[in-house]
Amino acid sequence: MKRHLDQELAGLKEELLKMGILVENAIFESIKALKGLDKEIAVKAINDDRIIDDMENKIDEKCIDLLALQQPMAVDLRFITMSMKISTDLERIADLAIDIARRVLELTGKPLLKPLIDIPKLTDLAKQMTKDAINAFVNQDPDLAGKVILLDREADRLRDIIQKELMEDFIAKDPSATPRAVPLLLIARHLERICDHATNIAEDVIYMVKADVVKHHPEKLK
Amino acid sequence: MQNPTFEIKAMRASYGAKEVLKGIDINILSNSVTAIIGPSGCGKSTFIRSLNRINDLIPNFHASGDILYRGEDIYSGDVDVVDLRRRIGMVFQKPNPFPKSIYDNIAYVLRVHGFDMREMIDEIVEKSLRKAALWDEVKDNLKQNALTLSGGQQQRLCIARTLAIEPEVLLFDEPCSALDPISTAKVEELIHQLKQNYTIVIVTHNMQQAARVSDHSAFFLMGELIEFGKTQDIFTKPVDARTEAYITGRFG
Repeated sequence: MKRHLDQELAGLKEELLKMGILVENAIFESIKALKGLDKEIAVKAINDDRIIDDMENKIDEKCIDLLALQQPMAVDLRFITMSMKISTDLERIADLAIDIARRVLELTGKPLLKPLIDIPKLTDLAKQMTKDAINAFVNQDPDLAGKVILLDREADRLRDIIQKELMEDFIAKDPSATPRAVPLLLIARHLERICDHATNIAEDVIYMVKADVVKHHPEKLK
Repeated sequence: MQNPTFEIKAMRASYGAKEVLKGIDINILSNSVTAIIGPSGCGKSTFIRSLNRINDLIPNFHASGDILYRGEDIYSGDVDVVDLRRRIGMVFQKPNPFPKSIYDNIAYVLRVHGFDMREMIDEIVEKSLRKAALWDEVKDNLKQNALTLSGGQQQRLCIARTLAIEPEVLLFDEPCSALDPISTAKVEELIHQLKQNYTIVIVTHNMQQAARVSDHSAFFLMGELIEFGKTQDIFTKPVDARTEAYITGRFG
């Protein structure tokens, strides 16, 4: 029997997918601004965030309506409650992309402290984890979600390398380098946090599909 | 805003000296589902049964105020009540098929309304059963006695019977209260489909059902309309404290 609720759930999934595409684009634009130290692209990325904020509210409202009106159970209940959490994580990822764009504004007009080597690696990882987390949601793919979760350690490792290098090789040796080092430190932190939110989404996808709680239980993924 | 099918102003209704509706103002919108909810004795059944004047059959019933159906006062003297009830069909709490075959349940109604061409009747029987999402289950057994169907099938047969005479409005008075959850789900899905072509008013004790099937909800209490609005608003952010108390189960 075809259910009215199925149409509603398909609509909700579509809204989240649209939001996911916008969030991926926000990361892409912020990174583009960083690579070229491009003020114009950074400002546009910051201004576009409002659209994603509105989508989060719209998705939350839709989920509340579905919970109140359709009394979903089991897989439907997990899908709707996890959709609410995923929309929050997606919005936070977009905010972090905006934070990167803000750091770009702080960096423009000055020469870069050093050529960027590990930040692009962490950037690629953040982009890939976000993209895979969204794909895992769209395709309801717990295996892909598991891979995303396991990559989070690599994100932590890269952030630590970047922090150590900036602190020890630049700030400690030449405190006058601090104003140019701090935005890069923060960018590494923002990128690592993006990976954390992608991990949250992946954990929610596994719960949604398999009803397994892997959050705070990394051993379950082995 | 959709056009209202019913415009109801200052409607009062009583059984003898007992007033059960005390001045109802409400518009029922076309091609949407309006649910009437409220505790027992709030007047919701009296309200829905006044919309096609089926309450006229109860001695001492009296209604006043404006009940305009497509702009026409249905309680004015020159209204053809039989025609009114054809245009405003009703499905009741307990399925009430005739003790006849599935086919004859619908054909009989058509004959009463003056159809006598066999081919045309065959066509309408099939069309009505399809609209009521019952055709696939009964098409090979149309001669079977309707009373052998399950409760849910009987109720959908009653809906098909109502649809056969092409009403414009469907009134559902607790249509699922005698049905199991699967049959209830089928009737609810059917209501979702039917609202494309009909204006639907449903009275239900089951608030969750009102939430699932309706676009607008009206909360009645002791003969008064307390709150009316979009169903999603009524069930997530009701304005009146009494509505909130009722839908959260804190009532009384």
